[in-house]
Amino acid sequence: MNDNKNNNRIELRGVTVQLGDRVVLEGMDLAVPEGKVTAVMGPSGSGKTTVLKAITGQVPISAGEIRVGDVFVNQLSARKLNDMRRNIGMLLQNGALFTDLTSFDNVALPLREHTRLPETLIRKVVLTKLHAVGLRGAAELYPRELSGGMNRRIALARALALDPNIMLYDEPFTGLDPISMGAAVRLIRQINDVLGITSVVVTHDVTEVPRFADYCYIISDRKVVAQGTPAELENIDDGVVHQFIQGLPDGPVPFHYPAPDYTRDLLERH
Amino acid sequence: MTTGSVTGKLFVDPVKEMGRAVLFLFTALSRMRFGKTQFLETMRQVYFMGVRSLVIIMISGFFVGLVLTLQLYDTLSRFGATEALGTALALSLFRELGPVLTVILFAGRAGTSVTAEIGLMKATEQLDALDLMAIDPMERIVQPRLLAGILAVPALVLVFNVMALLGGVVFSVFMMGIDGPSFWGNIQATVALGRDFMGGMFKAAVFGFLASWLAVYFGWSSKPTGEGVALATTQTVITTAIAVLLTDFILSAFML
Amino acid sequence: MKSSHQIEFTAGLFLLLGIACLIFLAVQATDGGSEIRGGSYELVASFGNVGGLRPRAKVSMAGVTVGQVERIELDPQTLDARVTMKISERYDDIPDDTSAAILTSGILGDQYVGLEPGGSPEPMRDGDQFLITQSAVVLEQLIGRFMMGGGGDEE
Ligand SMILES: Nc1ncnc2c1ncn2[C@@H]1O[C@H](COP(=O)(O)OP(=O)(O)OP(=O)(O)O)[C@@H](O)[C@H]1O
Ligand SMILES: [Mg+2]
Repeated sequence: MNDNKNNNRIELRGVTVQLGDRVVLEGMDLAVPEGKVTAVMGPSGSGKTTVLKAITGQVPISAGEIRVGDVFVNQLSARKLNDMRRNIGMLLQNGALFTDLTSFDNVALPLREHTRLPETLIRKVVLTKLHAVGLRGAAELYPRELSGGMNRRIALARALALDPNIMLYDEPFTGLDPISMGAAVRLIRQINDVLGITSVVVTHDVTEVPRFADYCYIISDRKVVAQGTPAELENIDDGVVHQFIQGLPDGPVPFHYPAPDYTRDLLERH
Repeated sequence: MTTGSVTGKLFVDPVKEMGRAVLFLFTALSRMRFGKTQFLETMRQVYFMGVRSLVIIMISGFFVGLVLTLQLYDTLSRFGATEALGTALALSLFRELGPVLTVILFAGRAGTSVTAEIGLMKATEQLDALDLMAIDPMERIVQPRLLAGILAVPALVLVFNVMALLGGVVFSVFMMGIDGPSFWGNIQATVALGRDFMGGMFKAAVFGFLASWLAVYFGWSSKPTGEGVALATTQTVITTAIAVLLTDFILSAFML
Repeated sequence: MKSSHQIEFTAGLFLLLGIACLIFLAVQATDGGSEIRGGSYELVASFGNVGGLRPRAKVSMAGVTVGQVERIELDPQTLDARVTMKISERYDDIPDDTSAAILTSGILGDQYVGLEPGGSPEPMRDGDQFLITQSAVVLEQLIGRFMMGGGGDEE
C-alpha cells in the first residue's frame, strides 16, 4: 500500500466530481507514487479522463482534495494553477494538435510561450523531441497530413517540450498498430525512467499494462474498485476485476448506460 | 436549461443568452494582455478576417454603388433634381449602407469562419490543450479575433464606400453623361465631415465590435459536435444581422 | 499556406489601404469639416420665427460660409427666438448694420442664415446683436395670409 504520504507525487482524497446533473466520481481515493508509472484502468465512461482532468484542475471538484506535489489543486489561484500546469505534460485522448500550425510549431509553441530561449535553441529542442517520437521527418507537415497515430506522437512530443516532471497519458495506445504499440509502451517507460518523472497512464489495454506499469488502479462505478501491482491484480478474486481483466461481456460491470427497465421502456413507448 | 414554455422560447432564452454573451465579453476583456505575441496574432487575424473579405467587399461595393445610383437617378429625375444625385448617393452610403451592408457581408464571410474555427478547436480539444499548456485561450484565441474584427470592419467599410462611389461615378458620369465635376462638387459641398462621414465611421467601429464579439461568442459556446458548430455559424449570421440593424436604428436616432 | 511574415505584411498593407481610403474620403468626398477652425466670435440675432433652422446650420454672406449656428433658444422676455452664431475670426469686418435672414437652399430644403451687409464703417464685435432680421418664411402662414386676402404686416 502507498500509505507513505511523502512518497506520493499525486494524491486524491475523497474526490467527488459532478458534471451537469451527473456524479462522475464519488469519494475517490487514488495515490500516484513518485517516480513510478501508474496505470488507471476501467470500463468506458467510468471516469478515467475525468480523473486526469481533475488533477490538472480542468474540472472542478465538489468534495475532497487533490494534492499535486506540495500544492492542493482545488485551492489554487489561476496564476498558481498555471504554474502547476507548466510542470505537467498531458497527452489528450485524440492528440488535440493545433490544426493551423505545423508539427514543428505545435511542439515549439509551449517553448515560445514559457521560455525566453533564442529561436536557434528552440529549433534544437523541438527537433530532439520530434526525434524521440520518431517523427523528425514530419516537422514541416500539418496535422491533417498525418495519420491519427502520428498525430498522437506529435502531441506526445509537444507534451514533453517543457520537460515536465509529471506526465499524464489519456489512452495513448488506441489506434496504434502492434509495432507502434510496442514502441509506445517502451517510450512511456523510458521517458519515465530516463527523465526521472512520474507518469499516469489511462488505458483500456489490460494486456499491455504489466509491460510498463508499476502500480494499477481499476475504477468502475465512480470509484476505485481494485489496486495493486499488475501481478497482485491478476490474483485478486473480485468480480469486477476478474471481468475486466478477462474481458468478459457479462458480469458485475454493466455494459449498458443506466436506463429504465428495458421491457417497461419498450412497452411504454407506443 | 431551456424553459419549455413558449414565453421561455421567445423571451427568457434570448435574455439568458444575452447575459451569457455579456459575461463572456467581460471575461475576455479582463484577461486581455498586450505584447508582441498578441500584436502579431492580431495582425494574423486581420489577414484572415479582413484581407480575405476584401474581394467580396470590393465587388459588392461597386455593384451597390452602381445600382443605388441607378435607382436614385430614376427617382430624382422625376423631380428634376438630378444635381442632388452625388449628395444622395454619398449620404446614404456613408451614413447607412456602407456600415450596415459591409458588416453583414463580413458576418457571412469572416464571422462564420471564426465561429466554426473556435467551435472546431473546442470539439477537437485544442482549447483544452491550450489550458493544459498554461496558455489562456481567452487571451490567445478570443482576444486577437475580437481586436482584429474591430480593426478590419472600419477598413472594409471605407473600401466599400470608395468602391460604391466609384460605381456611382461610372454610372452617372460615364453612362448617363452627368457632369463629373458638378457631381463630385455637390458631394463636397453637402456631406458633413463630422456628422455624416465620421458618424458613419463610428457606426462601423461599433458594428465591427458587435460582429466579432458575436462570432467568437457563438464559437466559444457552441456544442462540441458537428451539428453544434453548424448551428453556431448560423446563429452568428442571424444574430449579427439583427443586432446590427437594431443598433443601427438606435445610433441613427441619437445621431440625427 | 503563406509564411507568417507574408501574412503579417499583407495585413499591414490592408490596414494602410483602409487609412488611405479614410483620408481620401474625408478630404475629397466631404465638406472637409465646415466647422470653423481657429478662432471665432459670437453674434446674436432675434427672429420672430426660426422655422426649421437647426444648430450647426450654415451662416453665409454672399454665398460664402462664414460661420455656423451655435444654439437656438427662446428669449423668455420677448418670446422671440435667440440664435447664437459662431463666426470665423477671419471675417471680423462685418458692418454693424448688417441684416440677418433665415433662407432656404436647394431641393433638400436646408435652412441657413444669410447675412446682407450694410454700409456702416463700424464692425460687429463678439456678443453683438443684429438689429435688422427677417424670419423664416413659413409656408402655412403664407398660404393662410393669401387666403385671407390681406397683405399683412412685415414681421
Ligand atoms: N461535460 C460533461 N457533462 C456531463 N457528463 C459528462 C461530461 N463529461 C463526461 N461526462 C460523463 O462522465 C462520465 C465519465 O466520463 P469520462 O470521459 O471520464 O470517461 P472515460 O472513463 O474517460 O471513458 P472512455 O474510456 O470512453 O474515454 C461519462 O459517463 C460521461 O457521460
Ligand atoms: Mg476518456
